[in-house]
Amino acid sequence: MSDEDQGVLWEVFIQVKAGRPYKHVGSLHAYDKEMAMKAARDLYTRRNEGNGIWIVKAEDIISSDVNDGEAFFDPSNDKIYRHPTFYKIPEGVKHI
Amino acid sequence: MNNEILDYCLRIGDTSLILSHRIGEYCSKAPVLEEDLAITNVGLDLLGQAENFLNYAAEIKGNTTADELTFKRKEKDFRCLHLVQIPNIDFAFILTRQFLIDCYHHSLFNQLVNSTDQRITGISKKAIKEINYHIQRSADWMVRLGLGTEYSNQRLQNAVNELWMYTDELFIDNDTDIQIDLLKIGPLSSSLKKPWEKLVMSTLSSADIKIPDANLYSLKYGKDGFHTEYLGYILAEMQHLPLLYPNAIW
Repeated sequence: MSDEDQGVLWEVFIQVKAGRPYKHVGSLHAYDKEMAMKAARDLYTRRNEGNGIWIVKAEDIISSDVNDGEAFFDPSNDKIYRHPTFYKIPEGVKHI
Repeated sequence: MNNEILDYCLRIGDTSLILSHRIGEYCSKAPVLEEDLAITNVGLDLLGQAENFLNYAAEIKGNTTADELTFKRKEKDFRCLHLVQIPNIDFAFILTRQFLIDCYHHSLFNQLVNSTDQRITGISKKAIKEINYHIQRSADWMVRLGLGTEYSNQRLQNAVNELWMYTDELFIDNDTDIQIDLLKIGPLSSSLKKPWEKLVMSTLSSADIKIPDANLYSLKYGKDGFHTEYLGYILAEMQHLPLLYPNAIW
C-alpha cells in the first residue's frame, strides 16, 4: 500500500462528559465513516478521555485564511469597550 | 477439583497470552498507523485478560505468580490453542486468526459470565465488553477485504482456507471440559460450535468468502499440552530475558 493511499483526513472531537462541549483532540486517516469512528475510539478514547465522539471530514471544515488575519482580527484589538468590563455586577448574580 | 479449574484457567489465559505476543510482534508493521494502534490495543486487552486468568491460576497452584507461569513454564505445560500460535504470515492471516478467535471468545465468555466460579464470572464480565468491540472490528475488516477487490478477496480466502483446520480444536472436549461442565464453571467446548458457526458464517457470507470443508486435523491439541512447531520459538523469545537474568526488574 502506498503512503498516499491511507484514506481521507478526518478531524476528531471528544466530549469529556454529557453536557460538556466537544473539543478537538486530533485527526486521523480513514476510508469511510465507520472506519473513522473505530479508529477514533482506538486512538483517542483508550485512556478514559471521554464519552462522546464527533468526527468531521477535514475538507468539510471551513476555516479562516491565515493571510486574512489582519483584516479579520486586528480591528478588535483596540476596542476594549466591546468587552462588558465597565459594568458593575449586582451582588448575587452568578455565572458571569 | 481445583486441578480442572487450574487447567481451564491456563487454557484461556495462555491462549490470550500467546495471541497478544503474536500481535506484539506485529507492532509497527501494520499497513497504516491507525490500524497499527488499533490492533496493538486489542493485543493489550488480551494481555490483560491473560493476566487475570494466570493470576487466578497462580493462586490455585500456590507458591507461584502469573509472571512465573508466563516466563518460567515449559512448553508442554502451556495449554494455548494451536490457532493462536500461527505466525503473522500477512495481514489476511492476522485478521482471519483474530476474527476466528474473537468469535470463539464471544461464544465462550457469554457463557463464562454465568459461571458458578465467582472469580471467573468477574473476570469474564470485564472481558466480554472488550471482546464485543474486538469482534466488531475484525468482522468489519473481514467484510472490507472480502468485498474489496478480486485480489483482496483471494488473499483473504487463502487465509481462511489455511487457518480453517485449526478451528477443529476449539470445539474438542477433553477431560477438563467434562469436569468444568459438571461443576457448571464453564460450557463444554463442543457446545460452543453452534454459536461460533452462526457468528462466523454470517460474516463470511457477507464477505463473499467460501466456507472450507471441515477435516479432522489432529488428535493432539494445545489444550492437552501438545503444540505446533511454532510455540517453542515464541517461548524462546518471550522467556529469553527472564531465563538469562532471573528476577530482573526495571
